[in-house]
Amino acid sequence: MNNIEHIGKYFLMLLDVFKKPQKWNVFWDLLLREIDDLGLKSLGITVFIGFFVGGVVAIQTALNVDSPFIPKYLIGFATKRSMILEFAPTFISVILAGKVGSYITSSIGTMRVTEQIDALEIMGINSINYLVLPKVVAVLLFYPVLVVLAMFLGILGGWVAGVLTDLFFTEDYIMGIQLEFNPYFVRYAIIKTLVFAFVIVTVASYHGHKVSGGALEVGRASTKAVVWTSVVIVFLNYFLTQMLLG
Amino acid sequence: MLVVKNIHKSFGDAEVLKGISTTFEPGKTSLVIGQSGSGKTVFIKCMIGLHDPEGGSIEFDNRVFNKLKESEKREIRKEIGMVFQGSALYDSMTVEENVMFPLKMFAQNTKQEMLKRVNFVLDRVNLSGSNDKYPSELSGGMKKRVAIARAIVMKPKYLFCDEPNSGLDPQTAIVIDNLIREITREYNIITVINSHDMNSVMEIGDKIIFLKDGVKAWEGTKEDIFKTDNEAVVNFVYSSNLYKKVREVFLKDN
Repeated sequence: MNNIEHIGKYFLMLLDVFKKPQKWNVFWDLLLREIDDLGLKSLGITVFIGFFVGGVVAIQTALNVDSPFIPKYLIGFATKRSMILEFAPTFISVILAGKVGSYITSSIGTMRVTEQIDALEIMGINSINYLVLPKVVAVLLFYPVLVVLAMFLGILGGWVAGVLTDLFFTEDYIMGIQLEFNPYFVRYAIIKTLVFAFVIVTVASYHGHKVSGGALEVGRASTKAVVWTSVVIVFLNYFLTQMLLG
Repeated sequence: MLVVKNIHKSFGDAEVLKGISTTFEPGKTSLVIGQSGSGKTVFIKCMIGLHDPEGGSIEFDNRVFNKLKESEKREIRKEIGMVFQGSALYDSMTVEENVMFPLKMFAQNTKQEMLKRVNFVLDRVNLSGSNDKYPSELSGGMKKRVAIARAIVMKPKYLFCDEPNSGLDPQTAIVIDNLIREITREYNIITVINSHDMNSVMEIGDKIIFLKDGVKAWEGTKEDIFKTDNEAVVNFVYSSNLYKKVREVFLKDN
């Protein structure tokens, strides 16, 4: 199958995803489970990465600002801008593409090779709608929360790093993060996050759903899903930035 | 009545089914047998709609399944129960949840009514008290019985079983065979079993269809299979010395 055919089949899959769930109470149960599996269980890695990336950005900025003509509050300002505009939405999404994307592909792929998906379809259930829609809704609801949390923790991590290394004063840092706060940047980051979250779930689900063979193919599909999700995220990041900030 | 007329199916250049026609009746267990690669699995997958045949028709009580729209097919699928070779139980669900799943998706019953029905079918397959176990905690035979319970919980009109005995010891295989036959007769279901197991053929084959290279090479009952002189069937069914002896004794006695 060539790439054009894959893209076509991916969009055809999306048509099946966005159909009305066959049973709403089953959908709500699945949605809660997916929020737990894909959202709450990603909280730890988001907290960890957000905090330390903020710390690294603050330290690197501080070490590179050695001119007396550049005010120290720029460290807080740069950390805030970097976390909100890029590191929280994009970096966290690429990490989640690896964690959540491979989980989705391998779980759906395993269901495919063990005939669990066939069992759904023979019962008259639209397997794509049943398996993918709750995941899409769960990440669209929860990933903005994760990314906003990562922004906050990144900024906090930057301050902690400064305090621990004595590279800048708390007052300067706080002045920096208060400087020229633009709420549109947060909206921009959330828009990016929603697009990336959608890509993570749907690309991973597509790769899982079309698996045929055995364990080896499931493994290959997971790898492919992570690679393609990351490529699409980086590509869309460029276009969304140009469209929304350019 | 399930009527299959002149089914054709190809994958690329390989023609797997070359015009198979047959009928399946309610209350009877029909077995589709044949060597690996003869087209048994493709045949059963065409009947349940997992493959679309290129030619011919599959009629579920005069409804031409392969000509229907996807939404209309879904209505017929609700009348179909399927037992997969690997059981295909949902790993994240308990036995009770697995069996209740079709009811949750399609029935309008209360939770209590659903639970009552689940307990009834679990009892019917001798799995009472296993409600809270997960598939990973079950033996191969138990998984098959859960799969049968899930397949019959919606009171299907048609039951398809793909190699229900594969991977089971002979004793458990006979238990599963008898269970399928009892259920077929009790609920007057049209049952189609895809099998390699000659014990099943001898035990429960009310009707046997032998496929060879995508063609129906022979059709008959378990009694007919002893008497047939169809070389392909004889070579396949009586490939072991044990069955050769059984056939010799049968033919001598009759």
